[in-house]
Amino acid sequence: MNATSVALERSGVVATLRIAGDVTSASEGELMAGYGRAIDDGARAIILDFSGLEYMNSGGIGLLVTLLVRAQRGGVRLLASGLSDHYREILALTRLDEAIEIHEDERAAVAAVEV
Amino acid sequence: MTLTEKTTPQAPPEAPPSRDAANWAKPVDRLSAEGVVGAGVDSVTGKRVNSPLQGFGQLWQKTFRVTLEGSTMSPQEVIAIWKERFATFWPKKGRFYAPLAGIVPGEVALLDIAPVPGSPVRFSTGVMVIYADDESFTFISPEGHMLSGWITFSAYRDGDVTVAQVQALERTSDPFDELGLMFGGSRMNNRFWQDTLANVARAMGAAEPAVVSEAVCIDKRRQWRQATNVRNSITLRTLRHTLAAPVRWISGRS
Repeated sequence: MNATSVALERSGVVATLRIAGDVTSASEGELMAGYGRAIDDGARAIILDFSGLEYMNSGGIGLLVTLLVRAQRGGVRLLASGLSDHYREILALTRLDEAIEIHEDERAAVAAVEV
Repeated sequence: MTLTEKTTPQAPPEAPPSRDAANWAKPVDRLSAEGVVGAGVDSVTGKRVNSPLQGFGQLWQKTFRVTLEGSTMSPQEVIAIWKERFATFWPKKGRFYAPLAGIVPGEVALLDIAPVPGSPVRFSTGVMVIYADDESFTFISPEGHMLSGWITFSAYRDGDVTVAQVQALERTSDPFDELGLMFGGSRMNNRFWQDTLANVARAMGAAEPAVVSEAVCIDKRRQWRQATNVRNSITLRTLRHTLAAPVRWISGRS
């Protein structure tokens, strides 16, 4: 099992959380702390960049639900980028793709926010 | 004359499959319970799955866990037995019709639950296995089920002992289900998983299992835009069917 790493980058009101390694229920602390830092910095749109994602189980997908709920509650736009076909399928399987905007890469996600 | 080397365009190198690739089901548009035998009613075929985001009521994460004191089984052994004998660990008021292929990603199982043991009222619904590995497996509910979301059965090591756990992330599906859960349904649901875990623990060799329960409200809001889920409600369909039973009985005699 590889550790989760969450790195935050900020550009205006858009923040990118670069998620790498394994995402399981054990990743809750890292993910929620990253989200909290982005919000504290004033982000109104958060891009979850999954291009470094190596593994995710059902506990990890549960964390995404919690993030989505927090974002909806706070009026924050949540987007995803860098998903492999496999992880796109998982979001489709669990119907999370109906609640999170999916973009090919980070540039496309940023462009969508700026429109 | 210039010679140009002809080259075949190269396809971009394929990314290696993810480590979890075999653990997840493939997405499906509509469920099919073709692989289930023995169930009387199939109210699942043709339905979509519902994640917690498609539900109506408050979002809860409920966790039930039991330490397998006295058992020498590893988490992997516990999960192998749990998958194989899943139906046998259920309390008597519920029946689980496993898919022929077993609890593997993509399979659909049917359920038949009597909210009150011995009563003629029975809710028929199902689940889809969306994830399974050596230490856990997860079911997602279909449209019409009282709860929208998923439930994960897992085992892990805590020091020298193995712990078995059931964790649900769920909302009620519609306003009637929310009322039902507020007025006793939640307690019955909790009791169901506490009894199930105690049965699992005993089967694994734990003599006096003590199940610990925890419920965390992730989202207090109700999603009124999802109130239309009521059109698929098996709760209402079952109530209608039960209330109409005397009429059916009388018309059957005349």
